[in-house]
Amino acid sequence: MASVVLSEAEKLYIVHGVQEDLRVDGRGCEDYRCAEVETDVVSNTSGSARVKLGHTDILVGVKAEMGTPKLEKPDEGYLEFFVDCSANATPEFEGRGGEELGTEIANTLYRIFSSESCVDLKSLCINPREHCWVLYVDVLLLECGGNLFDAISIAVKAALFNTRIPKVRVLEDEEGSKEIELSDDPYDCIRLNVDEVPCIVTLSKIGYRHVVDATLQEEACSLASLLISVTSKGALTCMKKVGKGSLDPESIFEMMETGKRVGKSLHTSLQKILDEEESLGTTRQKVGFLG
Amino acid sequence: MAAMAMRLPVARKPVRQSAAPGGEKHLVAPGDIITTDTGYMRGHGTYVGEEKLIASVAGAVERVNKLVYVKALKTRYNGEVGDIVVGRITEVQQKRWKVETNSRLDSVLLLSSMNLPGGELRRRSAEDELAMRDYLQEGDLISAEVQSVFSDGAVSLHTRSLKYGKLGQGVLVQVSPSLVKRQKTHFHDLPCGASVILGNNGFIWIYPTPEQKDEEAGGFTTNLEPVPLSDREVISRLRNCIVALVTQKMMLFDTSILYCYEASLPHQIKDILKPEVMEEIVLETRQRLLDLEG
Repeated sequence: MASVVLSEAEKLYIVHGVQEDLRVDGRGCEDYRCAEVETDVVSNTSGSARVKLGHTDILVGVKAEMGTPKLEKPDEGYLEFFVDCSANATPEFEGRGGEELGTEIANTLYRIFSSESCVDLKSLCINPREHCWVLYVDVLLLECGGNLFDAISIAVKAALFNTRIPKVRVLEDEEGSKEIELSDDPYDCIRLNVDEVPCIVTLSKIGYRHVVDATLQEEACSLASLLISVTSKGALTCMKKVGKGSLDPESIFEMMETGKRVGKSLHTSLQKILDEEESLGTTRQKVGFLG
Repeated sequence: MAAMAMRLPVARKPVRQSAAPGGEKHLVAPGDIITTDTGYMRGHGTYVGEEKLIASVAGAVERVNKLVYVKALKTRYNGEVGDIVVGRITEVQQKRWKVETNSRLDSVLLLSSMNLPGGELRRRSAEDELAMRDYLQEGDLISAEVQSVFSDGAVSLHTRSLKYGKLGQGVLVQVSPSLVKRQKTHFHDLPCGASVILGNNGFIWIYPTPEQKDEEAGGFTTNLEPVPLSDREVISRLRNCIVALVTQKMMLFDTSILYCYEASLPHQIKDILKPEVMEEIVLETRQRLLDLEG
């Protein structure tokens, strides 16, 4: 992953700052950076979103394609994740450099979305055992400025919220052969319910305390961090430790509690902004990549 | 007290060009024709195509007699002798350190062009060469002066003064080198209670004002005592102010930073980075700077 080198004194300054609840950019330990969210930024996808969190810049596109359901779940659609680490983000990603990180993030996303309640996969089924919608969720890292996982999960949720899947009907004639008919109205589409889609909150242990939304510099000072995925109701659905350091069981509990609290407010503000954008409708001036 | 502010992105407003003293600036984008007159000399950031002088970078056109060049807004650092730079050690080599200074090539700091602990008139021995990593190691930040510029543009640094040397606790902000105004001094002890080094290479170092200035060890002992909270608040506020000034493309020098700091005082430190607050305090700073000029 993109990383920075810091001198010992700089690290010490950051660690002492975290202990006093005043981080380098003036935030407290539980504050996020100001985030910018925009949906519907790529016109040739079913749904897309771009999230900027400080210097972290993520673009997510969701493409709905028709496929065959998996054998073990004949009446459900499914999601596929792919993470592309662009060499624009950091030169380290050039060639195959970003592959490892990309797979790690994709696997984390698979794990988070593996829960039944997360997305209603039954609604993606068109014709049991034969046809279903497959949602290809493609994540593109445009810039790395720390806290990738949180930003990606926010962007994925926003993109799924924005996703519109065309309505199709299955027509069956006398001989039993089936035909799929697409609605003529392009606005006639189904949308996903994203209320239960979790977001990731990363808590980085720095010194004796933990912080949310660590910058690259802060990540360099942290030996271990805990990724937890939280739903909007504050339920914890998945947990993962990253980094080479170890964590005390007691501090893990503390971090989980903080994570749930922060996660809830994260969901509230995300939903608020998505609703606001939706209410503006077509009157909103699109910013896209020229902003 | 978790806080999370999310917003929709706002399109950047077209900036009115403020009438700078000395007339309007001639701004160009890559591909713009600067002049069709063939009597000019082609400088940096320009090329000749179809007997016209064309800009290859975005920036302001500058003229020195017959020479025309474009000063780019966003650029890497082009070293000049006498510049003050802040850099980070990336490699320890034989008799030299490699220093990252945001220039196109890594800069070098020779062992012979730095003051070693124990006085200026000290012979450098083989032991010094072996102990180089004890003086400066990978990741360390230094302040230095440009001693010479090689023909390929690489920069050789020196720290032969007690002003320069290893930096201790503080915060580094990286900005475009073209936003740092050239001045007599780039070391400032601001009256708000912190000090800044405005490196010509766009590396800005903010640190607590040292209490005693007599650095006997030549700046090799770093103070690892925790910085008091009051100093941290000032440093964080200054950092955010500098970030605000840079986002609004204002020149950085002691007065602009100080005015921006004063304008930011009604706001909380973390709120300074909100776009609307940034805009407001930078506008106030710009106004005060104009008033100052009269």
